[in-house]
Amino acid sequence: MESTIVKAENYNSYFGDNHVVKDVNISINKNEVIAVMGPSGCGKTTFLRGINRMHELIPNATSKGKILLDGENVYDMNAIYVRSKIGMVFQRPNPFPNLSIYENVVAGYLLNGIKISKADKDVIVEKSLTSSALWKEVKDSLHKKGTFLSGGQQQRLCIARAIAMQPELILFDEPTSALDPISTSSVEALFHELKANYTLIIVTHNMQQAARVSDRTAFFYMGELVEFDDTKQMFTNPSDQRTQNYITGRFS
Amino acid sequence: MELNINFRNAKSAIFKGIIVFFAFLITVPLIIVLGYIIKQGIFQVNWHFLTNVPAPVGETGGGIINALVGSFIMVMVAAVVAIPVGMAAGIYLSENPRTKLAYYSGLCVDILQGVPSIVVGIVVYFWIVKPLGTFSAISGSAALAIMMLPIVIRSTEQTLKMLPASLKEAALSLGVPYHRVILKVIVPCGFAGILSGIMLSVARVIGETAPLLFTAFGNPYLSYSITKPMESLPHLIFTYATSPYDDWHNLAWGASFILLMFVLVLNIFTKVLTRKWKVQL
Repeated sequence: MESTIVKAENYNSYFGDNHVVKDVNISINKNEVIAVMGPSGCGKTTFLRGINRMHELIPNATSKGKILLDGENVYDMNAIYVRSKIGMVFQRPNPFPNLSIYENVVAGYLLNGIKISKADKDVIVEKSLTSSALWKEVKDSLHKKGTFLSGGQQQRLCIARAIAMQPELILFDEPTSALDPISTSSVEALFHELKANYTLIIVTHNMQQAARVSDRTAFFYMGELVEFDDTKQMFTNPSDQRTQNYITGRFS
Repeated sequence: MELNINFRNAKSAIFKGIIVFFAFLITVPLIIVLGYIIKQGIFQVNWHFLTNVPAPVGETGGGIINALVGSFIMVMVAAVVAIPVGMAAGIYLSENPRTKLAYYSGLCVDILQGVPSIVVGIVVYFWIVKPLGTFSAISGSAALAIMMLPIVIRSTEQTLKMLPASLKEAALSLGVPYHRVILKVIVPCGFAGILSGIMLSVARVIGETAPLLFTAFGNPYLSYSITKPMESLPHLIFTYATSPYDDWHNLAWGASFILLMFVLVLNIFTKVLTRKWKVQL
């Protein structure tokens, strides 16, 4: 049952001369929810953006080492192909303001010029919005602009947009940090359901969230992967002193 | 203490009064100019005026169809060239603001914006009119296109710079290639702003006389050929207003009225469209 979907081998990221992610080795299984936590500036987001090759879009950003997706190094593949295979949800909800809710869900197809029939589109839209727990709320206003939704709804729309591309893996970069508590809990509830079909990697600096939603947690500190273990184990009995300090709030 | 506060309040009131007065004052020249041109021009305009070429001296009647058609053709040709080039340059400047090329081309845009229009006319005269051996509408369009470029470039650049980076990331993370991100996401989201820049550039150059003096030159007859001299509204106003004949003065007033109305309508149209098409971020 446990098969590896993502594996980092001696992975390093840089911004110019600034060494941000240091020699990370990690192996993530299918249908797992992984929380990546750590203090600000510890390299957790940079690591996440290395997985789908978004990191290299920033001027001067480089990386070394391997990220294996289903055993194949993403840095040997076409970046565009990698990004279409891996879904990503950002810190702030960013639906396309020029597109309707419907078009936003199938944006991955529309913007890539992939031709699919209206019937297929309808199916994808309903399935994706249902998976992201948004269908009931928007099924009567599919052709309104996505930006009219509330923040939490917009974020679930962005999740639907990622799901619509049928990725195996979805990356979340602090997906609830711009949301209010109610929207946050609706998005968190969604993680449990998504687990059945997808692998989720969630960057968060909210420890309670990491504890609530994840199976395993990775703790980053100063660019190093300090500890990677079962979430329960990590929060009750961490093996590294630095993890212990972070969890008990001795530094932030 | 109380006296002091009253004094301060009075100062604030005076200051407010001054800025309101000047805000009002700047509308006065526009209203006076508008009113005067409407008064002089509106009675010249009728169907005959809009569909006939100017009459020779001594004959009554005559119209400005040659200038209307000429201005339309020349501005259209200029726009067809300047809009895609300007948008492409604007996209580059907003996408790569820190490159050397962006710095120098940005500088050139600023300088180009400051070049007097008559100088643009002279340059085009030496580049196009002299080699071709004849005044032509196409050389007029070239001069107008050069005048339009900086406006289109800067408005495109400024509009696109205002769009959040997260928008681009959203598209890139879906595996959308860069050119499609720009054409399908960035440009459509900034379309209202880009369009308003385009409209303002059209409104700006349609009233330009100086660059057309040595290029399109003018033509008392109706011409559709872009390789021959062509009349334009501002040039017609210039020649007919400086003539010694009253009939011709009236023709110039009528043409001024038409030109002014066109620019006015274009500006209002732009305001309405940009409000309607503005993307809610």
